[in-house]
Amino acid sequence: MLSRIAQSLFWIGRYLERADDTARILDVQMQVLIEDPGMDERTSCEQLLSVMGVESYTGNPNRWMILDLLAHNADSPVSIAAAIGASRESARRARETLSTDIWAAINTTWRGLPAARAMRSPDMFAWVRNRTAMISGIADSTMSRDEGWQFYMLGRSIERVDMTARLMSTAALASGPQVAWPTTLRACGAYESFIRAYRGIEADRQAAEFLLLDRWFPRSIVSSLAQAEKALTKLERSGQRSGFSDEAQRLLGRARTELEYRPLADIVFDLPVEMERLQRSCAAASDAVTARYFAEYEEHTWRGGVLL
Amino acid sequence: MDTPELFDGYGPVVGFDEMFQDGAVRSNYGQVHESFDTMGADEVRLRADSLASSYLEQGVTFGVEGEERPFPLDIVPRLIEAADWEHVERGVRQRVLALEAFLADAYGPGELFADGVVPRATVMTSPHYHRVVAGLEPANGVRVHVAGVDLIRDGNGDFRVLEDNVRVPSGVSYVMTNRRALSAALPEVFADHRIRPVSQYSQQLLAALRKAAPAGVHDPTVVVLTPGVYNSAYFEHTLLARTMGVELVEGRDLVCRSGRVMMRTTNGLEPVDVIYRRIDDEFLDPVQFRADSALGVPGIINAARAGHVTIANAVGNGVADDKLLYTYVPDLIRYYLSEEPILRNVDTWRMGEADQREEVLDRLDELVLKPVDGSGGKGIVIGPAASKDELDELRGKILLDPRAWIAQPVISLSTVPTLVEDGIRPRHVDLRPFAVHDGDDVFVLPGGLTRVALPEGELIVNSSRGGGSKDTWVMASPTDPDDEGEVAPTASMVAGTPQSAGPAIDGESGGLHVQEQEQQQQQQHDGGPTC
Repeated sequence: MLSRIAQSLFWIGRYLERADDTARILDVQMQVLIEDPGMDERTSCEQLLSVMGVESYTGNPNRWMILDLLAHNADSPVSIAAAIGASRESARRARETLSTDIWAAINTTWRGLPAARAMRSPDMFAWVRNRTAMISGIADSTMSRDEGWQFYMLGRSIERVDMTARLMSTAALASGPQVAWPTTLRACGAYESFIRAYRGIEADRQAAEFLLLDRWFPRSIVSSLAQAEKALTKLERSGQRSGFSDEAQRLLGRARTELEYRPLADIVFDLPVEMERLQRSCAAASDAVTARYFAEYEEHTWRGGVLL
Repeated sequence: MDTPELFDGYGPVVGFDEMFQDGAVRSNYGQVHESFDTMGADEVRLRADSLASSYLEQGVTFGVEGEERPFPLDIVPRLIEAADWEHVERGVRQRVLALEAFLADAYGPGELFADGVVPRATVMTSPHYHRVVAGLEPANGVRVHVAGVDLIRDGNGDFRVLEDNVRVPSGVSYVMTNRRALSAALPEVFADHRIRPVSQYSQQLLAALRKAAPAGVHDPTVVVLTPGVYNSAYFEHTLLARTMGVELVEGRDLVCRSGRVMMRTTNGLEPVDVIYRRIDDEFLDPVQFRADSALGVPGIINAARAGHVTIANAVGNGVADDKLLYTYVPDLIRYYLSEEPILRNVDTWRMGEADQREEVLDRLDELVLKPVDGSGGKGIVIGPAASKDELDELRGKILLDPRAWIAQPVISLSTVPTLVEDGIRPRHVDLRPFAVHDGDDVFVLPGGLTRVALPEGELIVNSSRGGGSKDTWVMASPTDPDDEGEVAPTASMVAGTPQSAGPAIDGESGGLHVQEQEQQQQQQHDGGPTC
């Protein structure tokens, strides 16, 4: 398949997942702010912005600023609006390879964005979750399981690892963990699964364990890493007897085993640092995928009759 | 109801109206007219609105100055009778074959110049004549893989050729999407008619492109080459690639290596055999044409010359759809095919010829003046509508470069009822049928793109000037058993298959508590999982 199209599909997966997860993160943050009156709004918002990688802003961070930078403002590269816009632009560039259904679903979402931004925040977040879920559902039932699908799944899974890591950092940073963890589980749609899995015994440690390591829950970090590895294995045509020739596969596999084979206490001891490390692995894996599959784009330009 | 009836205030119509004749509905439009009348204004508007919003959601758009706009589709279809269509089809086929012969001759032996059919200078001075492809023999002899011939109906209802497009004619995607959208909006009207289908276009095109592959390539890789997402016809490029199942590439996806064109894939470079390009000649190859173009592929012309890749349509076809060459097409038909032209041209004066120029300069205020290399209605001056200053300026331009202009009488294009603000009103239309030449035969897609000039009295129908479109229905001939006509989805087809039900849903298999039964019935009622 064309490198450019593969790249578009990879990024459609990433951007849609990012929009979904950003909505989930904001939902947690807003609920925590409302439910915990003792919380220092400014510190908590500063922490969130730093977790989301926003470094430059002016003024004192508060909830309105967060909503603007992370949800509404299309000029802010980490916002939901920007992610939806970028997914639509990627889809437009890969349009001939997408099913009509999935293209229409993405396009309609993008067109619905102005109306969604006028909603109350919780409604907007629910809308984003519903729209992205719908697109995933359509993709799942109309896209052929070819290379394009693997790139889409790869992008989605890598982004999900990255964003779940950020979500967990947000929860860990909240001053009142007794509020933060249940809310985080809810934001992941994991609350009921968690309660059932642990027979109603709620504890921070178990909640972290569930979101990090549960092999059955599709949003857990380990599940998402495994999903990404699976996509890479399918893309890697020449099966090897030993080792991995693929850098991305090596990086993701290492990240997964480090979570799986280390004592949980080690990991949760300094969760934010651990999560940051995971995000760096995701970035490195994404770069490796780009270099391996998309970089057939030799950087050449043609100007004034000279091949530069 | 206070809503005025749809057709109240229609007419009087100047010229030929395709639905009405002397105030009465023409017989072929009987059912359409009756259906619209029965539906009433509110229902028609409701359906027209849903038509527009479905186009927005699907992204059926075209670009105007970088902005994506929904492609306007009018809800009233245009009908063409089987016999009329047969005439058009033969005429278009004849034109395409004559233009093919002309191109082969002009880039080859040049016999037509020796025989004095067209002056050599007329061709050689055309900005679209590309010496670089002279002598380049296409693999199966085809240069015009796709043609779009613009037709109008004059005051008598006769089809006449307005211009030929044999470079990169666009609009066929709207023929296909218009059909689907309109059959969904007007299923009952659709079901009343036997309409020839348009969905086979992509397969015809793909077959023709495959047949044009370089010699010795048995399973050619075909791609569609687009300038990119900012091109006004990008929607069309994606639709063609998608429906043909081939890659849509941009210039940067292709690279030339030792005389072959390769595309960059996740498995490295893979060879390409046939390129259906939707980029103009001038942007195709910075080595040969515009060095500053980033859209094309350096070396692609050399690869074509080496016979390793087929470029469709062929480079240099522009000399055949130059508006000046247009005036010679009837002669070309007689010269190459020994036939009389089936479709007539519109009367045209060549400004390059002194006596014709004299006559036109005296009557500038009565005529339409067109630049020979203009497209999309650009630069056209309609004499009766122009001010004295505009005409003086025009006169200056013609005298400065007479070869660049032709003149035609103002023709009143035919009108077809169209839904506008005030109701249904006559609006001018033209028609662009699409033809595909595969080397053995010319396939003409039944119908083509009907463009509508939406402002009242406007004669220029291009979408870049705010024009709309109509779904164009060619009636199946009663004598043609091969052509079943397109069938609109009907309620019975959609709801034909009984749905399999979940466990014990009818509540009769026993053992269920009343409460559970109620819940299940409620679920069914709410459109729950059993529906």
